Amino acid sequence: MDLSYSAEYEAFRAEVRGFLETHRSQAPGQGGNGLTWQKLLIENGYAARTIPREYGGYGGEPDILKSRIIAEEFAGAQLSPGLGGQGISMLVPTLLEVGSEDQKRQFIGPTLRGELLWCQGYSEPNAGSDLAALATKGVLEGDHWMINGQKIWTSTAHLADWIFCLVRTEPDAPKHEGISFLLFDMKTPGIEIRPLVDMTGAANFNEVFFTDVRVPAHQIVGRRGEGWKVANAILRHERGSLADPNVMQSRLNALIDLMKAETLDGSRVIDNPIYRDRLMAIQGRVQALRCNDLRLLSAAVNRQSAPLAGMVVKLQGTELRHELEGFAIDVMGELGLLYGDTPRLRGGGSWQRDYMYFLGLIIGGGTSQIQKNIIAERGLDMPREPKLAKA
Amino acid sequence: MEFGLSEEQVMLQDALARFLAGTGGLDRTRAFAGGRDRRAPDVLQGLAELGVTGLIIPEVHGGVGLSLLDAALAAEQLGRFVAPAPFAATAVMAPLALLKAGDAGQQATWLPKLASGATVAGVALSEVTGPRDGAGVEARDGKLHGRAQFVVDYEADLYIVADRARGLHLVAADAPGLTRTDFRTIDATRPTGELVLDGVPAEPLKAGDGPAAVRAMIDAGRVMLAADTLGAAQEMLDQAVAYAKGRVQFGRSIATFQAVKHMCAEMAASLEPCRSLVWYAGHALDHLPEEAPVMACHAKAHLSEVGTFVARTATEVHGGMGFTDLVGLHYWFKRIGFNRQVLGGPQAVRAEAAALQGLAA
Repeated sequence: MDLSYSAEYEAFRAEVRGFLETHRSQAPGQGGNGLTWQKLLIENGYAARTIPREYGGYGGEPDILKSRIIAEEFAGAQLSPGLGGQGISMLVPTLLEVGSEDQKRQFIGPTLRGELLWCQGYSEPNAGSDLAALATKGVLEGDHWMINGQKIWTSTAHLADWIFCLVRTEPDAPKHEGISFLLFDMKTPGIEIRPLVDMTGAANFNEVFFTDVRVPAHQIVGRRGEGWKVANAILRHERGSLADPNVMQSRLNALIDLMKAETLDGSRVIDNPIYRDRLMAIQGRVQALRCNDLRLLSAAVNRQSAPLAGMVVKLQGTELRHELEGFAIDVMGELGLLYGDTPRLRGGGSWQRDYMYFLGLIIGGGTSQIQKNIIAERGLDMPREPKLAKA
Repeated sequence: MEFGLSEEQVMLQDALARFLAGTGGLDRTRAFAGGRDRRAPDVLQGLAELGVTGLIIPEVHGGVGLSLLDAALAAEQLGRFVAPAPFAATAVMAPLALLKAGDAGQQATWLPKLASGATVAGVALSEVTGPRDGAGVEARDGKLHGRAQFVVDYEADLYIVADRARGLHLVAADAPGLTRTDFRTIDATRPTGELVLDGVPAEPLKAGDGPAAVRAMIDAGRVMLAADTLGAAQEMLDQAVAYAKGRVQFGRSIATFQAVKHMCAEMAASLEPCRSLVWYAGHALDHLPEEAPVMACHAKAHLSEVGTFVARTATEVHGGMGFTDLVGLHYWFKRIGFNRQVLGGPQAVRAEAAALQGLAA
């Protein structure tokens, strides 16, 4: 057990801090432009750090601790860590792993620079938890695929330039072996986007309809029928990122500030032992997840495995965050009901919004119940449910 | 940067697990619980031979000189095997008291005896962590007066007693004026009781900062109880999963039912982060003095909550058998229940965590 960083890493931390001090004014939100900031971060190795230079990245050696230090310092300075989104976080790693040389050269650079924005076409109305049941059809007709079907829960579809999309191309194959991973332009004729307003009042997601959408045959990642394998490589990336314990810690700090500021019958809420007990219970759980995160970081650095510790993050993190936000509403009482453009609103309505949004995340990205199946079957080695005999 | 156990630490846990399994495990615990003996000398002897009784005692005093994190790892194994052995007081809190508040003579007299297991020391400071029934101890003219309850490692030759001013005192178990009243609790693996002190001669530990020593004892004691619960709860979860896999109803293993799987998954999901929390709290005792008191509170309170949940749920997975004495799951259930209340229940400990952070009124 050694929680210190070696001199090399402390020097690296100082370097990141120096960079942030020098360039603070160029960051978005500080008067700078997001795309220029992204370019500057890539040049200095603070974004796209391990992506090879020939594809538009910085070309650094993978170093989990350096990546962590960069994330910590940018968060501490409250400056943008560069562009995110599903193109950068999910498609780029996939292309690096299984994309063709042409695809890597064509797509990775512009995606990293923010010139090409992506959305993810996976879920369908009848393929949610059972994603492999997806039915959007792709039929090869000469030199192009003809796509028909519908996607749902497509965040940023209305902003995206391109989509990476799972399509059933082999209708006669077993369900996991009949899917292909296609890339196409969202301006292709036959695509209709409908915003999906959710319980927060915002349209965080869309429905996307495909009618005779023609996609050039070579815009496939991996081979025909291999789309499930390709997609699974990146779903793993998504789950861990939904419940960052460091974000949880800053939200907890905001909750403590809220309890010091709000009063109930003239006394500060923090001075009420019942509310304080619940705060401490939540703080204890946040601490447990932060320690779990340290263990996962260390395991990754030292090439050890802690599979169960990783499997519980999405379930525990989203559930706890939802509870934390809900408790903040209780702290405010009736004032906690205020939402939208209204007098006496606290925190810009963020407590209600995140309370609802995290219920969405409990469901999205693999529901809590699916997470429990994964923990039981892969973590505890319990047997799968027997398949129903076909009628 | 390394957040994890060293090879030596894993070996320590393995060696301890092998020894405890070799004593007979649950059978040994049953024999102790059902017998008249208040001590299990064979278990204590084995622990002494493995260096567990002297784990944190410096080598110069006959101990092994390891850390409090190592002690937490040992406590975890004791909980896992519901071992009928003293530990939190005699191997951790009492040595800490002597090291932090005892003079050279007191250390030289007692630490080697604690390390060898020749002397078992109990610790009486529930009057500091939450007095009940009007208990409390006062020191006047070198003598102790009052009552101390729920002594940790009560079946002892020597007691370390805290007075109302957080001063610490050594009291021999056979000192004149000392009356011991045995208690029966749900947990038959760790006897406890009450000391009535009627002008009992006592030797103060006054070489160091008494209140600081009391603080260190409480923090370390809480982490040891949390670690004990971690080991007990992990064992209950493992038994529940194994039972579910083997139990057939409706023509199939009940482990295939999602209702059962989800109970097990919820236990695992709650418990797995607890392991890291206990490691961190143990590490904080050794290296992060500013964080240690709050982390010890969180480890104690959170493990109590998760432990209670696992104890109940693992019992439920066993169905009716979980309720019986045949499987013996209740030994772990009760051990977890004991750990929850001793040195402060979760609500009391959370109130203290808030106060330590300056959040209380």
